[in-house]
Amino acid sequence: MKQIAVISGKGGTGKTIVTASLAALAKNKIMVDCDVDAADLHLLLHPSVKERYKFRSGQTAVIDKKLCNKCGKCISVCRFGAINAGYAIESFSCEGCGLCGHICPHGAIRMEENVAGEWFISDTNYGPFVHAKLGIAEENSGKLVAKIRQIAKELAEKQALDYVIIDGPPGIGCPVIASLSGVDRALIVTEPTLSGLHDARRVIEVAKHFGISVKLAVNKYDLNPVMTKEIEAYCREGGIAVIGKIPFDKAVVKALVKGKTVIEYGKSPVADEARKIWELLEE
Amino acid sequence: MSVNMIISIASGKGGTGKTTVAVNLALSLKNVQFLDCDVEEPNAHLFLKPRIRAKIKAHIPVPEVDEAKCTYCGRCREVCAYHAIAVLSESSGKKGNVLVFPHLCHGCGACSLLCPQAAIEEADKEIGVIEIGEDDNIQFVHGRLNIGEAMSPPLIRQVKKYINPTRTVIIDAPPGTSCPVIMAVKGSDFCVLVTEPTPFGLNDLILAVEVLRKLEIPFGVVINRSDIGDGKVESYCKRENIPILMKIPFSREIAVSYSEGVPIIKKDTSYQAKFVNLYLNICGINDEANSRY
Repeated sequence: MKQIAVISGKGGTGKTIVTASLAALAKNKIMVDCDVDAADLHLLLHPSVKERYKFRSGQTAVIDKKLCNKCGKCISVCRFGAINAGYAIESFSCEGCGLCGHICPHGAIRMEENVAGEWFISDTNYGPFVHAKLGIAEENSGKLVAKIRQIAKELAEKQALDYVIIDGPPGIGCPVIASLSGVDRALIVTEPTLSGLHDARRVIEVAKHFGISVKLAVNKYDLNPVMTKEIEAYCREGGIAVIGKIPFDKAVVKALVKGKTVIEYGKSPVADEARKIWELLEE
Repeated sequence: MSVNMIISIASGKGGTGKTTVAVNLALSLKNVQFLDCDVEEPNAHLFLKPRIRAKIKAHIPVPEVDEAKCTYCGRCREVCAYHAIAVLSESSGKKGNVLVFPHLCHGCGACSLLCPQAAIEEADKEIGVIEIGEDDNIQFVHGRLNIGEAMSPPLIRQVKKYINPTRTVIIDAPPGTSCPVIMAVKGSDFCVLVTEPTPFGLNDLILAVEVLRKLEIPFGVVINRSDIGDGKVESYCKRENIPILMKIPFSREIAVSYSEGVPIIKKDTSYQAKFVNLYLNICGINDEANSRY
């Protein structure tokens, strides 16, 4: 069983469109949407949810107004600015360290467990799918990513599947690191822009830092052929295979509006390129 | 008329045009400070090309245990909510040991404050760099998270310490809806949500709207590439009474200009009036919101 993560550094380069195409092309696989704070893959895979679970993670402080005498000790030790002048906890700033509770001389602060989101095991036309929804303004997205990846891996092992296909988040921080850890290969999807190259370089460095093998595809490559050449030159230097150049094609948005993967939408240059990417990715 | 607002530009979905809107808005106004808070993938400098005159290393405090004072009592392990400290107690003649895992540490200070032996001091761990500079008229600050570093919010918090209240502050936020976004937009007077009229754009816009409502920050929407996709973003905004501040139709010229790192108003000056108009729309909404109190 192989785990493949699709990442990009920069957001909006086409990760989810590419992941959905791989989902349509690969056989005997499970999909995971690890972009838990702005998950979109379900809009193309149309899952029917079979199992749903609460994601409990971290704690938030709660002040008992009856016991609090407003001595100010909690405010002075909190480094996250989570306790306001009215001695109320601003839950979106509280990182759940619990220091205020330890320091309060009156035992007025207790910690409550957070329900930070929900995760799902679903069926789709393309196979099983594990996905999640982070609660509004919640943290610990990295832990939620780790959780759904572990579930997907266990399901893949149990059902003797060949691939775990991971739709990753943008950026290089905690949910990206959680999406990459232990994968067999990362596919970087980028675009021929200065930002696309700048951000791809950073996320490639992250992948290398964790010892993960990388291949790259350029989306909308014909929007700036000069920049595409620059990306190819950068990859050549770093020994990274460029396994696809996807043309700019309005069919992509049309398929998206219909909630279809580009593969099921019908024959198009984009679909052809996606097939090539899948073949070369497997090698 | 509102003066010196803090305006953040956010999106939910990545790649909808946050940086395009933030950069062109900043270039269209006078007396601006620009903060790029997308510290994982900062891009605004590629367009603004500021002269960087200061680089400041950013740190978070992590515990350092003085083993001469430590009695291996385990209090630090007990109070650490992030499992960033492990303590092996002394047993059968073997010396005890304290292990610190800096990448799990949030820098809350609980271990050092609560250690009964005062054996824990805090040492600085580098997480990234803050760069400060200027373009002709714009003061510029951004953060760059180090490769392999997981936690961006502490760096975003440190970038925001440089906010200059004598200027209009434009904050370029990271994509998403979780902690880095909240850290970036918190304290803004207004937030501009940039989206695109596709099912992905709409799905992520709805999530971003929920975040801003929870944070009680006034906001409006810019629809980028407004003539692709469908009309569902617009009907959602109407239904929810969310002001549409600006629509930017798809143009190959903008896409190419973006790809080269050139702000569109430098290629086509007619955009300046459009971005000034965006600013006036923001001021109008903000004044209206303030007059309600």
